[in-house]
Amino acid sequence: MKIIITKASLVALVLALFISGCAQQGTKPDSEAGAEGAAGTGTEGGASVGVIDDGGAFAGTALEGLKISYEKEAINDPQNVLSIKTIYFNFDSSEISPDDVEVIKHHGKYLALNSDARLRLEGHTDERGTREYNIALADRRAQAVKKLLLFQGASSSQITIISYGEEKPAALGHDEEAWRLNRRAELVYE
Amino acid sequence: MNRWILLLIFACFSHTANAALKIDITEGVEGATPIAVIPFQWVGASKPANADVSAIISSDLARSGKFSPVAEKDLLARPQRPEDIHFKTWRIAGVDHLVLGSVQMVASGRYKIEFRLFNVYRGEQVLGYSFNATSATLRNFAHQISDLIFEKLTGLPGAFNSRIAYVTSSGKPVEYRLQVADTDGFNPQTLLKSKEPIMSPVWSPDGSKVAYVSFESGTSAIFIHDIRTADREKIASFKGVNSAPAWSPDGKTIAMTLSKDGNPDIYVFSLQNRALRRLTRHWAIDTEPAWMPDSKSLVFTSSRSGKPQLYELSLEKGGRPQRLTFEGNYNANASVSPDGKVIAFVHGANSSYKIAVLYKDTRVMQVLTDGPLDESPDFAPNGAMILYASQDRGRAILAAVSTDGRQKQRLALSDGEVREPSWAAKRH
Repeated sequence: MKIIITKASLVALVLALFISGCAQQGTKPDSEAGAEGAAGTGTEGGASVGVIDDGGAFAGTALEGLKISYEKEAINDPQNVLSIKTIYFNFDSSEISPDDVEVIKHHGKYLALNSDARLRLEGHTDERGTREYNIALADRRAQAVKKLLLFQGASSSQITIISYGEEKPAALGHDEEAWRLNRRAELVYE
Repeated sequence: MNRWILLLIFACFSHTANAALKIDITEGVEGATPIAVIPFQWVGASKPANADVSAIISSDLARSGKFSPVAEKDLLARPQRPEDIHFKTWRIAGVDHLVLGSVQMVASGRYKIEFRLFNVYRGEQVLGYSFNATSATLRNFAHQISDLIFEKLTGLPGAFNSRIAYVTSSGKPVEYRLQVADTDGFNPQTLLKSKEPIMSPVWSPDGSKVAYVSFESGTSAIFIHDIRTADREKIASFKGVNSAPAWSPDGKTIAMTLSKDGNPDIYVFSLQNRALRRLTRHWAIDTEPAWMPDSKSLVFTSSRSGKPQLYELSLEKGGRPQRLTFEGNYNANASVSPDGKVIAFVHGANSSYKIAVLYKDTRVMQVLTDGPLDESPDFAPNGAMILYASQDRGRAILAAVSTDGRQKQRLALSDGEVREPSWAAKRH
């Protein structure tokens, strides 16, 4: 499940967070996973909030309600946090939002606990700017994701990186919405 | 004020007709020299539809932006021999130069082309040649005549009798093609077809080979492709990025971007001893190398200041790259003019990407195009024009702009998208 929070829902979300305070933030996916070990399952309790980028656009990922488990088949479960396999970026940036850091950590743990799993990390950009610069930028996006995966114990030999730059857009079109969907790193389990 | 004229050249004969480029001159004929190209006489043969020599010369000269050929229907007279020319009439009409010629079939499929160029004011011939051609080479000789006329009248070498390379994509699932064609879009040939992206074609200085990036094996690799023999050689397929090949003007080296050592940096690959040498070593992105004419230094794009800007690096002296661009937050993908005095690049501002030039001596920057998604500038071998990739109503097309920005033209595929043009220094 992949939820993109729109600008319209921003006010409601901020209000909700304000009311609920930080109470929910105590339930970190890290700690749950750590406690339950290799094949542990759990429910992510914390609502997750996106960050506001330079352009004022809102990008983020909601983890609420998603299962956390690192069993072999978990990557195919649409209810599992590992079903989030696309990480989005701001223009000309390879910085990963705090929420996506959480998502990537789950993938890193999955790889660490399933040593025969193989992941292809594909880097992409939107169509703006030059093609070869975009190849380099998309490579950095994939490298940024890889670094976090390794930090969680994934092995370098499990991960291959391919940078497509702007050559394989997910969304056609030449507007902000298409560009937002195209600035991404995709985690493809092989 | 821009005046719009349409000059349509229909590519209607080739074996890959659906992939031929159609050229429209879209704006700017002011200041161009008036020239009359009299339709050539065809002796012993009828004019073939695909090789109307005088029409090819006329459209070449028009595309250069430096000449405005008189439209065939507006010609005051059609002299057949030099002695038939009434120079005074042409002078009054404001025509500076006049081209006269003939094509004679000497045997089946063999032709003799003759042409003469006259200075109307002096009333004398200033150039004259004859060539032996075949059906297959008629168009090439027409382009060569354009080159001779262009050079005689401007002092700059012509660039018409050459080839361009570009990448097309069409269909679903997408099929990518690497193609080469004459500079007017005729005679397209497909060098490579692939279901995976093809990028960054660039000519060897002698026009015999094209280097490019292909993802055909699932990851990126740099190839050298001989366009006559179709022999291919893979010269880089390292872990990570293999990108942005740039052939040095002396033909000995290919610069490229690799991330095998962890980060996109510039390397040079010697075609003589196969040695790979790392040139940049920086945590930021370094890519899009472009050679200076002496093959001793490179201009490249780096994000070391936080945003992409152009830098120059000497291969001999080494040291810190010198930053060249300071205006705006996005200056990338340089192409250096053949005399090394002008750098064309992509200038981005407010989500609009335009082709700009930087004059190296004065550091003056001039934006030449309107955007919003212009990229891949490539100087014509004579430095008079810049070929680039653009968008027209959501479709990828090629376009060209004169280096002074006055004249523009579009080169669109009848079907599919076309991008990443590269203009060969000469026809091999």
